[in-house]
Amino acid sequence: MTTIYLIVYSIALLAMVSLGLAVIFGMMRVINLAHGEFMMLGGYACVFCVRSGAPLWLGYIAAAIAVGLFGVLVERVLIRHLYGRIVDTLLATWGLSLFLVGLVTSLFGPQAWSIPTEFGNVSFGGMNFSSYNFILIAISIGMVLVTWAIARFTVAGLIVRGTMQDPVVASALGVNRDLTYMATFGYGAALAGLAGAVLVPITGASPSVGLFFVSKAFINVIVGGHLPLLGTILASTLFGAIDGFVSYILSSVVGEVTVLIVAVILLRLLPRGITGRMRTGL
Amino acid sequence: MTPEFSADAAVPPKSWWWALVALAAAALAGAPYFGDEAFQLDISIIFVFALLALSMGFLWGYAGILSFGQTIFFGLGGYSYAILALNLSATNLPFLGALVIPALFATLLGYFMIYGRISDIYLSVITLVVTLIFEKSIRSTSGPEYVIGAVRLNGQNGIPGVPALTLPWLSEPLSISGVFYLAGGAMLAAYVGLRLLLTTRFGRVLVGIRENEKRMELLGYDTRLYRLAAFVLAGAVAALSGVLYALWGNFVAPEMFNLNQAAQVVIWVIVGGRSTLIGPIVGAGVVQYLSNWLGTVNVGQVTLVLGFVLMVFVQLFSRGVLPSIGDAFERLRRKGKSYGRAP
Repeated sequence: MTTIYLIVYSIALLAMVSLGLAVIFGMMRVINLAHGEFMMLGGYACVFCVRSGAPLWLGYIAAAIAVGLFGVLVERVLIRHLYGRIVDTLLATWGLSLFLVGLVTSLFGPQAWSIPTEFGNVSFGGMNFSSYNFILIAISIGMVLVTWAIARFTVAGLIVRGTMQDPVVASALGVNRDLTYMATFGYGAALAGLAGAVLVPITGASPSVGLFFVSKAFINVIVGGHLPLLGTILASTLFGAIDGFVSYILSSVVGEVTVLIVAVILLRLLPRGITGRMRTGL
Repeated sequence: MTPEFSADAAVPPKSWWWALVALAAAALAGAPYFGDEAFQLDISIIFVFALLALSMGFLWGYAGILSFGQTIFFGLGGYSYAILALNLSATNLPFLGALVIPALFATLLGYFMIYGRISDIYLSVITLVVTLIFEKSIRSTSGPEYVIGAVRLNGQNGIPGVPALTLPWLSEPLSISGVFYLAGGAMLAAYVGLRLLLTTRFGRVLVGIRENEKRMELLGYDTRLYRLAAFVLAGAVAALSGVLYALWGNFVAPEMFNLNQAAQVVIWVIVGGRSTLIGPIVGAGVVQYLSNWLGTVNVGQVTLVLGFVLMVFVQLFSRGVLPSIGDAFERLRRKGKSYGRAP
């Protein structure tokens, strides 16, 4: 029972931290190495809101909006000039990642900022679980569902999917490609910010908090392949299960190493990721 | 439109190049007679970093593989030497072992990545992730239960007291000028070796694969084998640099795997440009000198500066700073000439 709970929890956690990265990668073929730092910024935004007296859910929304706007800014200033130069986007976002860590360390100091939480524990089958973890699982499922619904049922989602399939045809049909890319990057950043904010009651906000999750998120997105949503869900299920199981038996570092080894072997077999053979989908 | 990679297939070096190499060797041999030990230490570490930059510049510029993980082999080399030397109480065998172990690891990692034909950008990200996980794993080994042989890994604090190398034909361990000669000699030898290697059939095939892998494959070359060989060779050069680092400072620490360290290597290569082999060496020297100078003029967070430099350089000088400056001079010269010729 505990094992199942832990596995579900680590799948949800993994899906949450990699969704924003997957949206940006699936749409723009840009691997945003500053993803962890976007999460970190979301965490700080949430902490500031809660400390100034706002309730926690308002902190989530504020974090998503703030980091989303920051993402738009980054896209305009940094990424826009580098489309088609994949390696340079990688280097530029890496530079951004280091820059943000340095900036936040010199502004707020290296120590973790935490917020008090009044979430109790739930007893379940003789074990105590933090009830916040259930909220986290619910939010993770909600994020995936909302992203799916936007992509599947709205006009904006249709435009984004069309641009994803063929940017040239889409812009010939009158779609403003720049605006689409800008909005997608902003949405992906907002998801990262939200993930960071949701994690803050557990991890606290510190400059290096992004590093805890990014390596798993990168692995997840690469193994997931070119379909952002389905790839993320499948890869999170696989790696979340492995990670949750191994971390439970041994330690979290061993869990991470196991995930890496499985991922590298899997990429030998399926070089284009789990969804590499699927032609269409989300 | 500037091509993404501008390194041409190498031509056999001219006689002036050999003269310059001989001059550099002579300068290297004479330097300890003119500088004190502090000077030699400062220059040795620049040689060590230049070697690391060289390994990355070779791989990125000529084989087209952008590996963020040269620090994996750098750290692995240093740690292998430290652990082997402290356990065996010998130093020559550990020196060799510290080159072989990272090379084997490079073969394993490279096999899965290159034979899986994952795209170049995935390869970069995977190497970055491996670096991250290496650092994290080493940092988590602070407890007394993490022991290899008689050596405690010590987590965050690293392993102090790494024994100095005693070469088989010498009776005493290397002194500071010994390490200076070793580091400088290794760098010069690696530069000359790689430069000559690029003029051989192997080097030309490598550049061909970078330009058009499919075409080389259709011509009958096993491109994956060539790419793997380049990856392992660069890994071994980085490992050599890591061993020299351990010899230079007599300690190894998880910072060797650090992301900042990895970012620095990229910056050295970007500054020097990847279209020549001498570029990364110059880049490492210039940047290292500048950051020593910045260190004395307190600028606050190092990562802040590193990240900013990386972002700006990628936007402005995608070919490398030195080649871009060279281009600008070339344009100016041509402009001057055409003015001169104008009626």
